[in-house]
Amino acid sequence: MEKRVRFVSAWLPWVLIAPQMAVVLVFFFWPAGQALYQSVLSEGIFGGDTLFVGAENFERLFADESYLESFKTTAVFSLLVAFFGMGLSLLLAVMANRVVRGAGIYKTLLIWPYAVAPVVAGVLWLFMFAAPMGIVSFVLRALGIDWNHLLNSNHAMTLIVVAAVWKQLSYNFLFFLAGLQSIPKSLIEAAAIDGASPWHRFWTIVFPLLSPTTFFLLVINVVYAFFDTFGIVDATTHGGPGKDTAILVYKVYVDGFKAMDMGGSAAQSVVLMVIVVTLTVIQFHYVEKKVQY
Amino acid sequence: MRLKFLVLAFAVSLSAQAQTEIQWWHSMASVNNEWVNDLARDFNAKQSRYKIVPTFKGNYDESMTAAVAAYRAGNAPHILQVFEVGTATMMANKQAIVPVTKVMKDGGQKFDPAAYIPAVAGYYTASDGQMLSYPFNSSTTVFYYNKDAFKAAGLNPDVPPATWIEVAQAAAKLKANGHQCPLTIAWQSWTQLESFSSWHNVEFASKGNGMGGLDARLKVNSPLHVRHIENLANMAKQGLFVYKGRTSVPEPSFVSGECAMITTSSGFYGNVKKNAKFAFGLSTLPYYPDVPGAPQNTVIGGASLWVMAGKKADEYKGVAEFFSYLSSPEVQSASHQRTGYLPVTMAAFALTEKSGFYKDNPGTDVAPNQMIRKTTDVSRAIRLGNYVQIRTIEDEELEQVWAGKKTAKEGLDAIVKRGDEQLARFQKANSK
Repeated sequence: MEKRVRFVSAWLPWVLIAPQMAVVLVFFFWPAGQALYQSVLSEGIFGGDTLFVGAENFERLFADESYLESFKTTAVFSLLVAFFGMGLSLLLAVMANRVVRGAGIYKTLLIWPYAVAPVVAGVLWLFMFAAPMGIVSFVLRALGIDWNHLLNSNHAMTLIVVAAVWKQLSYNFLFFLAGLQSIPKSLIEAAAIDGASPWHRFWTIVFPLLSPTTFFLLVINVVYAFFDTFGIVDATTHGGPGKDTAILVYKVYVDGFKAMDMGGSAAQSVVLMVIVVTLTVIQFHYVEKKVQY
Repeated sequence: MRLKFLVLAFAVSLSAQAQTEIQWWHSMASVNNEWVNDLARDFNAKQSRYKIVPTFKGNYDESMTAAVAAYRAGNAPHILQVFEVGTATMMANKQAIVPVTKVMKDGGQKFDPAAYIPAVAGYYTASDGQMLSYPFNSSTTVFYYNKDAFKAAGLNPDVPPATWIEVAQAAAKLKANGHQCPLTIAWQSWTQLESFSSWHNVEFASKGNGMGGLDARLKVNSPLHVRHIENLANMAKQGLFVYKGRTSVPEPSFVSGECAMITTSSGFYGNVKKNAKFAFGLSTLPYYPDVPGAPQNTVIGGASLWVMAGKKADEYKGVAEFFSYLSSPEVQSASHQRTGYLPVTMAAFALTEKSGFYKDNPGTDVAPNQMIRKTTDVSRAIRLGNYVQIRTIEDEELEQVWAGKKTAKEGLDAIVKRGDEQLARFQKANSK
């Protein structure tokens, strides 16, 4: 009974997907190939004396204790960003979905942070957390907390997580809101008539029906935390104190663009690529089975 | 009428063609950006063969990255301003640059490296005696203090603390008087490790701090270094020294009055003079009086101008003429007085002294006086490869010490271990 539309022409399908393929090849596969190629080279910064060094760049990386340490940092950071980013935006989306009057204003305000560049988001939160003048650190001090993200690792981690979550909130919010609006009202109303409490309705009907959106956002948020957050780190903590907020992608940026160690930086990108590909495969393989489309 | 216009247009385009443009990429922002533009405008007005075109390319590491990318794409600028941290990297890439000595000689300009302050010239000179880059804006590390805060704490505002013991005593009095941040430190690796070493005439790294070869290794875990960092860590514990971040980030906390003392660049002078709402003083870096040979001299910071390879002979002539213009004592003395950067030649220093500038602006002679002393093999300069990475390592480890997670000895040992890995890698990559 399967309905299938088939192209009669042999070349038309290829032509139709060609633009998309071109974009993917030029902007994804080509750079990825370049990274693979450069990761086995040692190069003078001005492009001269290129040398094939095999796995040396990788060996150097894994001999560096601080690099191994930053895997842990990255894991903690990504989990926190994904968890709080999705949790908060789901809460906001559920609330916004119930607002009757002025819903447009709420939604617009919540979508705003998405237009802010990561670096700007970082600087913004840095100002608010700056001791002793920042508004947040001022309030914290009044509460008896001596805020110091320059020397306290937990404070520094909190700072970059807050900035990263805030930056991604709008994106998550939009998708959750769209997901909520596509849930049939009749299901919820039927449950309400049966006497299910709002809390109960949310967990037994809304949340399971949202699972495709949640799953999609989980993948997106993990990728975001892994790749798009170096601007925030660079603008706030520079990976400090010590190396306690130096997530993997930040080191890629510093070694490649500040220290101009192309081989080492490319090797790190390859490692990062492998991790994210693995994570995505795992997510699709195991988590997707729990998703109800 | 029309013919006249055509002729005019032709003449204009001809003269525009006859003028050779020379691209100059730099990293001078705000007040110093105006300074760079004024220099170019003045030079362009003085002659018509060449036109210097200065372009701001972001901060020091950004403009260096931009120039590297441009060089690889075949359109590098003629002149590139590179910070002192990138010096060893530039020197190791001989194919990408033309030594200044050669540019000046080929361009038929008189150039005497001996006219330069030894610590400045020595830094940019290769082991074969060739000066590789042109010392443009050099700075060094100095000590600033808030005179009003000193007065309020019952300290004599006209006698700045000269030794670290006196700094600790002054800090204690300031704290007792309710000051939240008696002392802070900017550019911690430059002021507390590099300059600290040369100021006490001890090695920062072997092989004359890397000046004598690529096989140099760090020496910053000596007993004297450990003693000093331990001392600072204790001050941090007692709230006498407050850590305010890496690089120049701590500077605003001095200008705002929050911190009463700071060690940082002499190039910070213009900012304090313009923005501080209190009386302030400049002094030499504190030292330990029981160390023989201290105080010696402090090390150079700032940047120099590199001439990139692969340009036309006529363009190099223009570069030589421009450098010749920059070298005149009048131009240098005016630049020194305007920016707070060092007067890089002895003649410019003498000229500034004669003009009475140092008398009218007390403290401005601290930096030149720290630098024009006779240097030793240990204090001359520090020039190490992969230094961008090593500076980061130093920041990371010192932060662990200030946070109390590592002892001074552990932190400095880690700097030596991790830094030496970088040095070994640089040596391997550049000795073929």
